[in-house]
Amino acid sequence: MSQDGPARRSTLSRRGVLKGGGAVAFAGVSVAALKLPFFSVPGAQQDPASCRARDVSEEEMSLVISNWTGYIDPRKDPKSTWKGFRESTGIKVDYNVDVNDNAEFYAKVKNQLGSCDPIDRDLIVMTDWMAARMIGLGWIQPLDKANVPQLHANILDSLRDKPWDPGLEHHAPWQSGLTGIAYNSAVTGEIKSFEELVTRPDLKGKITLLSEMRDTMGFLLKVAGADPGDFTEDEWHDALDLLKKAIADKQLRSFAGNNYLQELSGGNVVACEAWSGDVIQAQFENPDIKFVVPEEGLSLWSDNMLVPNQATHQANAEKWIDYYYDPAVAAKLASWVNYICPVAGAREEMEKIDSSLVDNPLIFPDDDLLSNTFDFMDLDDRQNAQYEREWADVTAG
Amino acid sequence: MSEGVRRRGRIGYLLLLPAAAWLLLFFVVPFYSLVATSLFDPSGSDFRGYEMDYAFGNYADVVRDYAGPFGRSLLYGALATLFCLVLGYVLAYAIAFKSGRWKNLLLVLVIAPFFTSFLVRTLSWKLILADDGVVVNTLQALQVLGDDGRLLATPVAVVAGLTYNFLPFMVLPLYASLDKIDHRLIEASGDLYANPFVGFFKVTWPLSLPGVVSGTLLTFIPAVGDYINAQFLGSTNERVIGNVIQSQFTDANNYPVASALSVLLMVLILAMVLVYVRRAGTEELL
Repeated sequence: MSQDGPARRSTLSRRGVLKGGGAVAFAGVSVAALKLPFFSVPGAQQDPASCRARDVSEEEMSLVISNWTGYIDPRKDPKSTWKGFRESTGIKVDYNVDVNDNAEFYAKVKNQLGSCDPIDRDLIVMTDWMAARMIGLGWIQPLDKANVPQLHANILDSLRDKPWDPGLEHHAPWQSGLTGIAYNSAVTGEIKSFEELVTRPDLKGKITLLSEMRDTMGFLLKVAGADPGDFTEDEWHDALDLLKKAIADKQLRSFAGNNYLQELSGGNVVACEAWSGDVIQAQFENPDIKFVVPEEGLSLWSDNMLVPNQATHQANAEKWIDYYYDPAVAAKLASWVNYICPVAGAREEMEKIDSSLVDNPLIFPDDDLLSNTFDFMDLDDRQNAQYEREWADVTAG
Repeated sequence: MSEGVRRRGRIGYLLLLPAAAWLLLFFVVPFYSLVATSLFDPSGSDFRGYEMDYAFGNYADVVRDYAGPFGRSLLYGALATLFCLVLGYVLAYAIAFKSGRWKNLLLVLVIAPFFTSFLVRTLSWKLILADDGVVVNTLQALQVLGDDGRLLATPVAVVAGLTYNFLPFMVLPLYASLDKIDHRLIEASGDLYANPFVGFFKVTWPLSLPGVVSGTLLTFIPAVGDYINAQFLGSTNERVIGNVIQSQFTDANNYPVASALSVLLMVLILAMVLVYVRRAGTEELL
């Protein structure tokens, strides 16, 4: 008896403590249910005028940038644009390649920027729609026009007046690009249109689409006969039905973010929706990969430099922006990253660097090509929430 | 005597303190926040914020909208657990009883894949199962797969990936149980005229049950929640509940639905585990 007594006692009391603890917790939760922490999340809207830090650019010659991968010429090269910036301004740049996906980056900084806390970066690069959302949320500092004269002088006309930030008050495009179709000409014939891509039986199970809602739905709206720049909810649903049908027919292999070209080179995928610069880079290794401008038209987008609230080196960031709007610097950058250069005059400078790229319409598009582009409609908060959710339901359901 | 018992009890609670504080901070508080979020008004957004609405309808909505991915998660998880059990039991049995001096080496080999990242291990299956790869070509030559057949981006690849990734979780507890079995009991069953087959089912298998139960739990629970295998090895038709939660959270910013899905998944797994453990009669394991 005395042998097993203690064991039994301690079991009982442990269980008793657990039960008691549970009861207390439950009672506490019930009583406090009137007003509890975590029982609401305030809106993330901020006012950039009040939510700004003192600019210490004068004292600290440094600058922290977050950008996408493969978006700058090799920084170790002594002749790189990066070294040039350091030499001409004396500013030390902490360049981070930590943007993989707009939505993911948004999730990463939302809590800080939504409550006016610093994210310890002076410049971030976001695609149009995300830039528009962040500017709308009041997370982005206006640029001082006097500090970025080359931006206002040299930017391409077609990028000048975006409805979400007229007059380039908050943003400066880093690079622009086109969304179109890439295919492996070694294994399939030409694909002329987006409609073919999502319906042609010989491509079944061998295509990928981009996981960015605006990229893919822009084309599907076109296929459905609507204008992506101005569509109704019914038209949206028609386009979404096309996608649901393609998924039900097992036409798609997957939705891809950044790794779609490996699949295309590897042979698992024979055609995919793709971004122009990625395709040009891939063509150096695999000339069979072709980029086509779909019959539906072209979607032109930009990734934009933005100064977030509470950045402490805004003046240095503005020097960076201004530096990259020098046509000679822009041409050097474009010769490496192969996206559309947003700087007028860079084409002439490119003659000196690599004349084979001057006539590449995917780097320096002519007016004909640009006249065939379409924009995705500006969505208000409610539309954006609804469409993003319906999109997520189809792509991940 | 009773003084000593009491002190031992008090020390026991003191020893529990660090773990309890850890759990409170990193499990209870986040879980409470998760449950609260799952009851927010689903029409909220980052612009306007989210209000507590006691929207229990969120749960009805997610059950209606996402029954498919839920079912796939449970199915893939269960199949992977079953394959792990079959493969793992044979392997653990061989290591425990038949490996002799190779025992330690074999155990290291079981754990060796863990020295590379989970993501890399999963992605390497993309190469192995590629449409133009050796495996697919061989199976096509043997007429197992049609000329246009493939493995990647099918449920087969997803279940294979899960089985591969979680196999060590099954093997190690099984080995621990099997290794503890007293060989004299098995010999005794032979002395009592049980043939090896009967001996296995009357002696070895029942004595290894604790390992079976903990192995299946350690495999099933993470396999149901895993979405990396479905994402990389499956196509758009193999999306599991983890994919839905991830995209509702990061892409759609639909926090109430993402939270309701997470809570539901947790409750579902917990309920299944409790029923399973009850039925297996090994409550002392928990």
